[in-house]
Amino acid sequence: MLNIHDIMETITMIQEENLDIRTITMGISLLDCADSDIKRSCEKVYEKITRNAAHLVSTGEDIEKLYGIPIINKRISVTPIAMLAAASGGDPVEYAKTLERAARTVGVNFIGGYSALVHKGFSAGDRALIESIPEALAVTDHICSSVNIGSTKAGINMDAVALMGKVVREAAERTKDRDCIGCAKLVVFCNAPEDNPFMAGAFHGVGEPDCVIHVGVSGPGVVRSALTKCPDGDLTEVADIIKRTAFKITRMGQLVGSEASKRLGVPFGIVDLSLAPTPAVGDSVAHILEEMGLEICGTHGTTAALALLNDAVKKGGVMASSHVGGLSGAFIPVTEDAGMIDAARSGDLSIEKLEAMTAVCSVGLDMIVSPGETTAETISAIIADEAAIGMVNSKTTAVRVIPAIGKKVGEELSFGGLLGSGPVMPLHNDRSSAKFIHRGGRIPAPMQSLKN
Amino acid sequence: MRAVISVVGRDCVGILAKVSNACAENNANIIDVTQSVLEDMFVMMMLVDISDLSVDFNTLKKSMSELGESIGMVIHVMHEDIFNSMHRI
Repeated sequence: MLNIHDIMETITMIQEENLDIRTITMGISLLDCADSDIKRSCEKVYEKITRNAAHLVSTGEDIEKLYGIPIINKRISVTPIAMLAAASGGDPVEYAKTLERAARTVGVNFIGGYSALVHKGFSAGDRALIESIPEALAVTDHICSSVNIGSTKAGINMDAVALMGKVVREAAERTKDRDCIGCAKLVVFCNAPEDNPFMAGAFHGVGEPDCVIHVGVSGPGVVRSALTKCPDGDLTEVADIIKRTAFKITRMGQLVGSEASKRLGVPFGIVDLSLAPTPAVGDSVAHILEEMGLEICGTHGTTAALALLNDAVKKGGVMASSHVGGLSGAFIPVTEDAGMIDAARSGDLSIEKLEAMTAVCSVGLDMIVSPGETTAETISAIIADEAAIGMVNSKTTAVRVIPAIGKKVGEELSFGGLLGSGPVMPLHNDRSSAKFIHRGGRIPAPMQSLKN
Repeated sequence: MRAVISVVGRDCVGILAKVSNACAENNANIIDVTQSVLEDMFVMMMLVDISDLSVDFNTLKKSMSELGESIGMVIHVMHEDIFNSMHRI
């Protein structure tokens, strides 16, 4: 018989501490849908997605009922659409509309993969797809887009960085009547993982099987609650508590993932053992850092606390799952985290501190609302800075910044749902980075030795 | 297939009887029962076999939760696998 304390702990995690499975994401390869006729290609894409994912949502709901664990999102990731656009030519937005139609038919929350990988240069289809992103995000609701502009092995493609600054700005302008939501569905990566189940950066890499199930777990509330039981322990104890908690959270992901894989007859890919916050009270990564002893997230010590958290989450989770992948670690999306929103509002959390935090967190500058006057060049410069951190440190970094068209520092954007809301944060908009960005070219790949 | 029924609330007469009765009505076979007092609260755990339930699993969950409300307790029914995966290596 199970221990009564263990049973109560699990029930409390789910009922009171917001433990949930954030997403079951089905990765579907669309390589076999490529056709020289774009109409035919779109038909094949629609047919393959609706066939493979026909039971994804109902299976997720059944598992939710069986185990009593909330599964917040059911999602799909697909082969980067630039590869299909390369074969078919034509207007890539047709693919976005097809994916939207498929998303509505199967009832998923998001489809990710309106993507291009251009870390070393543009091939056929890449530039057309990237230029079509603002329109694709404006005319669809469920489509997420990502572009990989750098990697540790290839360096940073600064022509792509310059282009992405314009694309982000235009995506905001095209959706300015809807709080610039286009930008909340667009992420620019360095070292993008091919098996990430989290949006907006999910896509199905070319090295993945034809169809696969990934699971992303959540649970910042559980970690924080575990830490409240150790108010005076030293940081070794804190790290141990986080590891133990991450282990338990990840076991749940492993259970749900293997059950989904069995029921759908699709191989199980990875568990992404991330701490993904939501704007709900008690589900914040910032509050974990504050529980460790910081007065507010963003003050001195925040980077060290986050480094401890991120590493302990990975160490605890790795043993709990047979395959770990994706982004795995602690996310710091400002508008999606109640504690970060407060810290940004009070001015305690600045973009500089966030940038430092991205050197030790699992992703990067995420869900940051910038003033409406922010130029494309400044956005590109932010992307370049962030990509440089990822490139040099051999880690995934990303930028999801939302220029709040027509708004200034002090005003706010509100997206609703998991995307949350947040204040416009100040940037160095009075100082230009334009000349640096206009130079273009590539930043060469970094040394992998002489590490200092 | 087995499930864990947890019952938490202020101690009173007849809790075990009422919950066992509900199990019998739905043809859930009780395998093991433990109970104790945790932080001033009565806590009971029941391991039940649900392979031959006369209703579906969700109906059992719903009827147990309603029973809990009617006697002022909180009753959860959860699949055993979730506890095993979380607490056993």
